Amino acid sequence: MNFLALIGRVVLGFLVHLGRLTIFTGTAIGHCLRPPLYPRLIGQQMIDIGYYSLPVVGLTAIFSGMVLALQSYTGFARFSAESAVANVVVLSITRELGPVLAGLMVAGRIGASMAAEIGTMRVTEQIDALSTLSTNPFKYLVVPRLLAGLLMLPLLVFVADVIGVFGGYLVGVYKLGFNPGVYINSTVDFVEPLDVISGLVKAAVFGFIIALMGCYNGYHSKGGAQGVGAATTNAVVSASILILITNYILTELFFSA
Amino acid sequence: MIVTASNMTATPKIEIKDVRKAFGDKHVLNGIDLNVAPAESVVIIGGSGTGKSVLLKCVLGILTADSGVIKVDGEDVTHTPSARRGDVAKKFGMLFQGAALFDSLPVWENVAFGLIQGERMPRKEAKERAIETLAKVGLAASVGDLTPSELSGGMQKRVGLARAIAGNPEIVFFDEPTTGLDPIMADVINDLIIACVKDKGITALSITHDMHSARKIGDRIAMIYEGKLIWVGDAKTVDHSGNDFVDQFVNGRAEGPIKMQLRK
Repeated sequence: MNFLALIGRVVLGFLVHLGRLTIFTGTAIGHCLRPPLYPRLIGQQMIDIGYYSLPVVGLTAIFSGMVLALQSYTGFARFSAESAVANVVVLSITRELGPVLAGLMVAGRIGASMAAEIGTMRVTEQIDALSTLSTNPFKYLVVPRLLAGLLMLPLLVFVADVIGVFGGYLVGVYKLGFNPGVYINSTVDFVEPLDVISGLVKAAVFGFIIALMGCYNGYHSKGGAQGVGAATTNAVVSASILILITNYILTELFFSA
Repeated sequence: MIVTASNMTATPKIEIKDVRKAFGDKHVLNGIDLNVAPAESVVIIGGSGTGKSVLLKCVLGILTADSGVIKVDGEDVTHTPSARRGDVAKKFGMLFQGAALFDSLPVWENVAFGLIQGERMPRKEAKERAIETLAKVGLAASVGDLTPSELSGGMQKRVGLARAIAGNPEIVFFDEPTTGLDPIMADVINDLIIACVKDKGITALSITHDMHSARKIGDRIAMIYEGKLIWVGDAKTVDHSGNDFVDQFVNGRAEGPIKMQLRK
């Protein structure tokens, strides 16, 4: 009996969260489409998400590109297919590693800070204070973050693509002895617009997910410091998992047909 | 605004009728009836967890009552959340228990927040208004450029009061305005409430468990217990209410009809 009750509780809890998240997402998107928007706040968030994430994302990208070149070289050497290194690097970076790694890094950096900030505002009644000052908390807090995430992640990922390919180039040319011209040529010749575009579309979706999870978990946090801590953890974990799941779904949609 | 006999008998500024609110199976409000006349100051007293804050938040539209009617100036706002209240929301100002200042903004922008965001006033003009309002609560213009975290608790409360009155509201709500302050600062806040709200003819609805403050700022006092108003009367008569519950609360006795839920 207890066991059945436990299952029921878990399922109900899950459904409550799912319902709340759906309503939250719907309300947020509705407010994104209706004025007034706050350009000043959107700009602030764009700088926070885009500009200040550059070092983290750049470092991630360059080392991923480098290790990819090194690994594929040693692996492909077994089939005497070393010449495919440039192709493998550019495809892996633009299609998968760029968006996914940038997404995960930004989820840790931005998702956490959004949840902590909004969560603290919730537990100190600052969100209630917003509504008493004729300001809609969704418009003021959630919409700027969602739009900034949606717009900035593709830009970040594009930069990450370039840096990642450059990382592969560095290792290819200076360590593995490729001819620079040949390496660049086989990179540029091989990559197709869809490879890059699919990565950027993924990035936009990931950016939305990161901001949504940060805002949702912060907005619904309860209790004091402990509640905010839990909200922060949940924001990062749920954003990371959702990024990996939607990454698979989007890859299916783009490339399996 | 001058208080005349005629606007005491006019439509109540706030009308609360049989308001109920439950969270799950916990009934927090069990049918509250209360009218607040224009320019009147009503103080709701009661122990922690008796539903004082919930009642205030229902009137403000931060929470929605399960049943009953809440009217402001005769307009039914029971089921309109604060975000969709438009002009009615502009009539309200609120001082939160922990002041709830926006810590990402400097003090002056906190005070001017409703003017800039709600009324779309230009920032420069709003800053001047903010500094004027800060002066009303006894704070120097230089305080305007500090951040809320640099202020003491008493100063934060004063900034919160300035923010609540900056938009010239018709009704101001106070959520435990003196809690957490030393007795002298608490009295400073009481005096400011009287100077900035009561003397200006602004309607006030406050909740507190500080009896000194309740006697000082209230025209009428209402006591809430187990989600119901068990006593409403003139502030002067609160010490001779003839109600055992009120007596116990006013005199702060552990023994009496109100049993604290303690394990023995």
